[in-house]
Amino acid sequence: MLKSNKIKKVRNDIILVAIILSLSLIGFLIFKLTMKDGNHISVSINGKEKYSYSLSDSIETDIITGENGENTNTLVIKDCKAYIKSATCPDKICVGHRPISKDGETIVCLPHKIVISVTEEK
Amino acid sequence: MKLKTRKLSILALFSAVAIVFSYIEAILPPIWSAVPGIKVGLANIVTITLLYKFSFKEATAVAFIRIISIAFLFGNMMTLMYSIAGFVLSVIIMVILKRTGLFSTIGVSIAGGVFHNLGQIIVAMIVLQTKEIGYYMIVLAVTGAIAGILIGIAGNLMLKHSNKLSI
Repeated sequence: MLKSNKIKKVRNDIILVAIILSLSLIGFLIFKLTMKDGNHISVSINGKEKYSYSLSDSIETDIITGENGENTNTLVIKDCKAYIKSATCPDKICVGHRPISKDGETIVCLPHKIVISVTEEK
Repeated sequence: MKLKTRKLSILALFSAVAIVFSYIEAILPPIWSAVPGIKVGLANIVTITLLYKFSFKEATAVAFIRIISIAFLFGNMMTLMYSIAGFVLSVIIMVILKRTGLFSTIGVSIAGGVFHNLGQIIVAMIVLQTKEIGYYMIVLAVTGAIAGILIGIAGNLMLKHSNKLSI
């Protein structure tokens, strides 16, 4: 009785993992299939859109944030891709992020509250 | 009275262990820098152990001591909010799944890991006002489940050995 109960629990655990994995797979497929090339880069700071660039431009610009302008993230747009070249944030997660170009893709810098996202504009 | 002191000491001991776990994890480099937030969540070993050893009350009390100490020592208001949201969601789902009696410690811990990440994603979406961050959940669900498996195994070991030591 005790043993069969244990097997049942392990079976339920496996079902749980299968559900989680299939939900993520479905999410991933929806994400991949609905992804289109974007043509615009929008930079939001603290949830508000601050700058907007065309993805076909070739630019290198510093995004300055912080109360006294002490935070810098260098945004580069080149070959229809955008990425962060360097940043003063402690974790450098935004710098490590791969270049983005598809509609809806984002680079987030949590410490500086910056969201850089690709959008589609006509 | 004697029992009360005993329990107090045990909970204090586990609080210390949880804080050390959180600290170790904070000084480790990120596992995969492309997606922030991937971590094993070592401190959850303590939550899982206390959840099974005592009840959700003790597990929550110790977790809050840990979260607040870590936020004061190494974090700020932001990290405090992320930690609390992650913990609250994960402890709710863990208590529910444990009550059903359908899952093992590992299953409960897996759900906890996934919901912890869900809580943090929700806070990130609110703070940054960007729903696109939700896409990270696809990756974080899988990594949360993997972390949950590891933490579940570790929690089982902790329970077994702490019983042997009669703590």
